[in-house]
Amino acid sequence: MKRNAAIAAGRLQPPDYVKNFDEAKPPLEPHQALVDAGRCLFCYDAPCIEACPTGIDIPSFIRKIGTGNLKGAAVDILSENIMGGMCARVCPTEVLCEQACVRNASEGKPVRIGLLQRHATDWLLSRGVQPFRRAVPSGRRVGVVGAGPAGLSCAHRLAMLGHDSVVFEARSKAAGLNEYGVAAYKTPHGFAQREVDFILAVGGIEVRAGRALGRDVTLQELRREFDAVFLGLGLAGTKTLGVPGEALSGVEDAVTYIERLRQTPDLATLAVGRRVVAIGGGNTAIDIAVQAKRLGAEDVTIVYRRGADAMSATGHEQEFAQTNGVRIKHWAQPVRLIAEAGQLIAAEFEYTRLDTTGRPVGTGELFSLEADQVFKAIGQVLVADPLRSGDRQVLEMQGGKIAVDAERHTSLPGVWAGGDCTAGADLTVQAVQDGKVAAHAIDRWLRAGAR
Amino acid sequence: MADLTSTFAGIKSPNPFWLASAPPTDKAYNVERAFNAGWGGVVWKTLGEDPPIVNVSSRYGGLDINGQRMAGFTNIELITDRPLEVNLREIAQVKRNWPDRALVVSLMVPCEEQSWKRILAQVENTGADGVELNFGCPHGMSERGMGSAVGQVPDYVEMVTRWCKEHTRMPVIVKLTPNVTNILGPARAARRGDADGVSLINTVSSIISVDLDRMAPTPTVDGKGTHGGYCGPAVKPIALHMVAEIARDPDCTGLPLSGIGGIATWRDAAEFMALGASTVQVCTAAMHYGFKIVEDMIDGLSNWMDEKGYASPRDFVGKAVPNVTDWQYLNMNYKIIARIDQRSCIQCGLCHIACEDTAHQAIAALRVDGKRRYEVIDAECVGCNLCYHVCPVPGCISMVEVDTGQPVVDWNHDPRNPRRLPVSERG
Repeated sequence: MKRNAAIAAGRLQPPDYVKNFDEAKPPLEPHQALVDAGRCLFCYDAPCIEACPTGIDIPSFIRKIGTGNLKGAAVDILSENIMGGMCARVCPTEVLCEQACVRNASEGKPVRIGLLQRHATDWLLSRGVQPFRRAVPSGRRVGVVGAGPAGLSCAHRLAMLGHDSVVFEARSKAAGLNEYGVAAYKTPHGFAQREVDFILAVGGIEVRAGRALGRDVTLQELRREFDAVFLGLGLAGTKTLGVPGEALSGVEDAVTYIERLRQTPDLATLAVGRRVVAIGGGNTAIDIAVQAKRLGAEDVTIVYRRGADAMSATGHEQEFAQTNGVRIKHWAQPVRLIAEAGQLIAAEFEYTRLDTTGRPVGTGELFSLEADQVFKAIGQVLVADPLRSGDRQVLEMQGGKIAVDAERHTSLPGVWAGGDCTAGADLTVQAVQDGKVAAHAIDRWLRAGAR
Repeated sequence: MADLTSTFAGIKSPNPFWLASAPPTDKAYNVERAFNAGWGGVVWKTLGEDPPIVNVSSRYGGLDINGQRMAGFTNIELITDRPLEVNLREIAQVKRNWPDRALVVSLMVPCEEQSWKRILAQVENTGADGVELNFGCPHGMSERGMGSAVGQVPDYVEMVTRWCKEHTRMPVIVKLTPNVTNILGPARAARRGDADGVSLINTVSSIISVDLDRMAPTPTVDGKGTHGGYCGPAVKPIALHMVAEIARDPDCTGLPLSGIGGIATWRDAAEFMALGASTVQVCTAAMHYGFKIVEDMIDGLSNWMDEKGYASPRDFVGKAVPNVTDWQYLNMNYKIIARIDQRSCIQCGLCHIACEDTAHQAIAALRVDGKRRYEVIDAECVGCNLCYHVCPVPGCISMVEVDTGQPVVDWNHDPRNPRRLPVSERG
């Protein structure tokens, strides 16, 4: 009898890969969009607008969908959120706009705002309509670090305000986590790059890919060369479990694996375990678990050291994992990873409970899960080294991230920051808002002649 | 259980729900299906003189409102396009098969006495229960001097009605067109002509929509369109008003009425009946959903009558007529104001913005501990009902009566009326 390899590539037939990694949530058909648009009450002082980090005028764009004015709807969305297309795919709408929808109170079911937003933005992007125009060039140039949602949002808004920008991107492609981090089935068919093309088409934005802060360019150089600087760095570091066996083959950071998955031209080349354990409670844990399952893993378990309510993955995401056959085990923390003949075979956990200060602590009772692949998804951290000048940290930090004020200005004159490298929700939509707010602040600053 | 047996113009039917003269009653096949489904009567689609008319292709247009299909409906069809003999043969057969159902035949022939006399004799031979004179069709036939071209001229209505009464023993029903400035003109004419009853309304002249790509009205026939006959739920208020005007007109007292116009449910029917219609006629709703809708119409009306203690339609037909009056007789001292039930309010703010932008600035938009709260400013509220109507939550906003301590006074006697009547004339 042939023994299955513990970790193996090509577990599925080619059509299964296509099916498993295609759109998990299909777009609305035109008539469905009309029905959903009809459910919007066109609220006065609409709670959904307030719940949207970018403040999209949701009732207005939905009304426009209802009247067949899809271009107007898309422009309403994109004027506030240039990544409205991606946000329609990845926003946790169930805790943002759709949670605020008054239809929840009357019928227990919100208007499907996310899907309607996608309907309008897809219409515009698929027709190649460019509704935005760069303002008359001001002659000012802004250096932007990171071509993720924060950086691109900032650069696009700066272009619309008349300022040119150069975006320094460490990786070979722009779009940040949209390209390298979001689960594949949320944004298939190269949407992230199409959105980047749409954003850059406004003009006045130069992306320099493969140029990393701290390696190829320094903050000091940027401040010298440009009239202003916006920092939109991602979180390059990952947290470690700090348990024995972490270095074993078969133990990997979830984000590294997802990045590989997003970039591979052939999913069948990705090796995945039969029994997979993902440790963590956020969307990364959900994404790696579901994608492992969809790559053909037999048993996938997420283990989290607190209860379901404490998971940063929304209830909707947890349910999505569960309907994909992923088991979620709460109240347990890893103790060690066990190998046999150099091969990972199990992960040992200790049950947890909250202590009097509300922190999870081990109860002393142990159990183990068979595992030939373990993914760590317990959080990412900002690697602040590139921001240093020599051994001196020049930016004021707060909780391991760059400290900013309401206008996303850092402690350094002429330097703004936003997105994951600053405090606040780690959401695409928040990063877009940060970039937008900072661009307006930069514009005011430049026009005031501060520089 | 209530007995729904109804009588209109001397014609009895097991329930008040008839199908109006229209495509659903065009031939035996449809009418048999309708009677099987439970309809109390039909008015057979209008017969004319041979040779039969010819219809165009592309005949109907719909008005959709916020996803509701066919809130309004229009057609540019003409009368039956089948030979007269075929229709007469089928009518006779269907009447033999369904003796307990009302079978009335709609007629439209040129405005000549001999034409009417000839066709009346032919219809009488079928055993049909009565005839309905189609003086209402607003398109196609009217351009040939028939349909609403007759119905809009009271003298013609009276003349043709009189001819018909002279040449047949069958009850003669006159179907009225709403395309007039005052429905009482043709209604009184029908009465003078000795009609046994009137049915209303026929369709309203309309262009239901314009195709902005083809730049033509719909339904579009090879790039062009024409006005059609508008019907469906959207015309019900117009029909109710016209029925009520006849019901409360002293010159039409006792004239039997059959209500038509946007009736889709037992509730619609009950409203027409409360305003004096002894039966109702349905078309658009049947064309939208099929004949099965009559089940709920019968069942729902019967249950409602039981609940209200009405044993027969006679007990409530016309019961609302005394309460239909002219504006000048309304009580000027009656006052209601809006009340918002904060527990069921979903904070959509529609009441506020409607009142703020377009009415009386009587609903305040507040934030209490960061939460939205909408409150009526009693002193500003005039009781217009706008907020009540825009509120999407049933029961959330109610209009409650306020005791003004003032006597009942109508405008004719209101001190604020500079032309008020002297006190001695107070009624």
